[in-house]
Amino acid sequence: MSENNNEYWAANKRLITFCMVIWALSSYGFAILLRPLLSGIEVGGTDLGFWFAQQGSMLVFLVLIFFYAIRMNSIDKKFGVDEQ
Amino acid sequence: MDQTTLNIIVVGLSFCLYFGIAIWARAGSTSEFYAAGRGVNPVINGMATAADWMSAASFISMAGLIAFVGYSNSTFLMGWTGGYVLMAMLLAPYLRKFGKYTVPEFIGDRYYSTTARIVAVIALIVCSVTYVIGQMTGAGVAFSRFLEVDNTTGLYIASAVVFVYAVLGGMKGITYTQVAQYCVLIVAYTIPAIFISLQLTGNPIPGLGLFSTMSEGTAGAGMPLLSTLDGLLNDLGFNQYTTGSNPWLMALFTLSLMIGTAGLPHVIIRFFTVPKVSDARWSAGWALVFISLLYLTAPAVGAMARLNIMTTMWPDGVEGEAVAVEDLPDWFQTWQVTGLLGVEDLNGDGRIQYYNPGNPEMETMAAERGWTGNELVTFNRDILVLANPEIANLPGWVIALIAAGGLAAALSTAAGLLLAISSSISHDLIKSIINPNISEKGELLAARISMAGAIALATYLGLNPPGFAAQTVALAFGLAAASLFPTLMMGIFSRRMNSAGATAGMLAGLLSTCLYLFAYLGWFFIPGTAFLTTDQYLFGIPPTHFGPIGAMLNFGVAYLVSGMTAAPPQHIQDLVDSVRIPRGAGAALAK
Repeated sequence: MSENNNEYWAANKRLITFCMVIWALSSYGFAILLRPLLSGIEVGGTDLGFWFAQQGSMLVFLVLIFFYAIRMNSIDKKFGVDEQ
Repeated sequence: MDQTTLNIIVVGLSFCLYFGIAIWARAGSTSEFYAAGRGVNPVINGMATAADWMSAASFISMAGLIAFVGYSNSTFLMGWTGGYVLMAMLLAPYLRKFGKYTVPEFIGDRYYSTTARIVAVIALIVCSVTYVIGQMTGAGVAFSRFLEVDNTTGLYIASAVVFVYAVLGGMKGITYTQVAQYCVLIVAYTIPAIFISLQLTGNPIPGLGLFSTMSEGTAGAGMPLLSTLDGLLNDLGFNQYTTGSNPWLMALFTLSLMIGTAGLPHVIIRFFTVPKVSDARWSAGWALVFISLLYLTAPAVGAMARLNIMTTMWPDGVEGEAVAVEDLPDWFQTWQVTGLLGVEDLNGDGRIQYYNPGNPEMETMAAERGWTGNELVTFNRDILVLANPEIANLPGWVIALIAAGGLAAALSTAAGLLLAISSSISHDLIKSIINPNISEKGELLAARISMAGAIALATYLGLNPPGFAAQTVALAFGLAAASLFPTLMMGIFSRRMNSAGATAGMLAGLLSTCLYLFAYLGWFFIPGTAFLTTDQYLFGIPPTHFGPIGAMLNFGVAYLVSGMTAAPPQHIQDLVDSVRIPRGAGAALAK
């Protein structure tokens, strides 16, 4: 694999790692394990952790996938490996 | 016109739509049969994926699943959506670049091994067949409930409908029917939800209504809906809605569902149908958009319907008198006939007391007020979705729409699973192992025959569901998480992973998951053959939560064995390099 393609793959992996951290934080973190930390923040009769568990994490996932798709499109172009 | 006639008309119209699509989208080549000619727009594919993914259980049971437990069952919401993040970043674009037709085909080529391919076929068939049983029984139940035919007839009708468009059109027919089915099911789900949300909170968007305050004229006017619900449940001795159980087990279960979702072959193959690698990424996002429309509504529907039923049972609040038998609303009577709701006036006071007698704190109150047990004796969780149009006083055609929606959800998932099974038989077994010289025409015929065979098998299993049918969904997710997901991921992310490592890892994941499930649930789920009891869970992990552990064993064994054996040949390492790069995906379009 050429040097360029190696760098492209490294950039992809960095982006994936970044997205995965947010993915884990919004679901396993805020919605479950870190819920006690957010218990002071009230949302509609309950706490923010409950909102993350029922809606918030899903919305974060959505944003993450589109963010990844958009970023990868420009990374593809930057390294000249996009589909013509 | 009575309700059954109306149901038959609406369901019949939806079937005509599916047949029309089947004739329009006939498959003329194997590429069309397996991958819809790779010409599906990413938004359209997202919609088809959403229908493929959301089963009869998502449509009919999920709101109830959440409403009866509350916070703890948010794991299903997060698990069944978070898997798409893994799919979008770790699998879909690269497998699309690889540009073949089945999941075992990638595993066989990447690990240059027929053994690996066969192990993958076995994992795929076990996952998909167990999953399809539930869809067929679900379709049968939906038919019998709405159209007043018996279960068996319902199942035959469902199989016949799937037969028409799946055998004719393969992936192409299934894709466009799934799009129509998605539209039917989302409209059917959303309309009653909007009305219920308006009645309770004045907010037309159910997802926002869930976190709003109650409208004037309702039981808890001015209070947040969730506080009202929590208060009522607490007063009647039920678990609070917004509090939870062991967080570590919740996290583990969520992870298990996420990895399982990403590893399920019938979802993965949907991403083979888009024209480009970048489309596969977009498409995963669109799939989640369309799934979220239902999944954001489901918890709201669950909570609101449960609140509605509580206030129906306690019209003057828990402090007042319970509802009198003759004051039960009409829909209550209707659904009692189906056996999903049932009341029994145990203490003979002419009123129906609904509370949790299992809670010791309720004993004093029950004794004081002369209650002798919970009198809402049957309260099926599916009622929360099925009875919604009637609870909200909506016209008959909305009820008919729910019937069509439930059937659309069951049929679309069944068709996707059947395609995964049949393409694996015709392409991975017949074309590559039994008769590699088969012509294009011959393979297309073999694919159609495999599809017909898979439908026959699924119908048979739907009619005679094995006793373990309920537990098999855990098996499907466990196997997808422990065998397929890690092997696919290592095939892309590790250039060094070789055939011996991958095969050993896949077997380790497969066998450890089966063993752990069988240990507590019985060998092949046969009752009485379990050799460990539920208080002997390894580290307290229930069998349903084992997926991530199986996946870790798969990764661990694979790296260990691979490290001790030779690196894969150069052309395989080149293959890995090529799937990582989007450029050139169009070349795979060549038939």
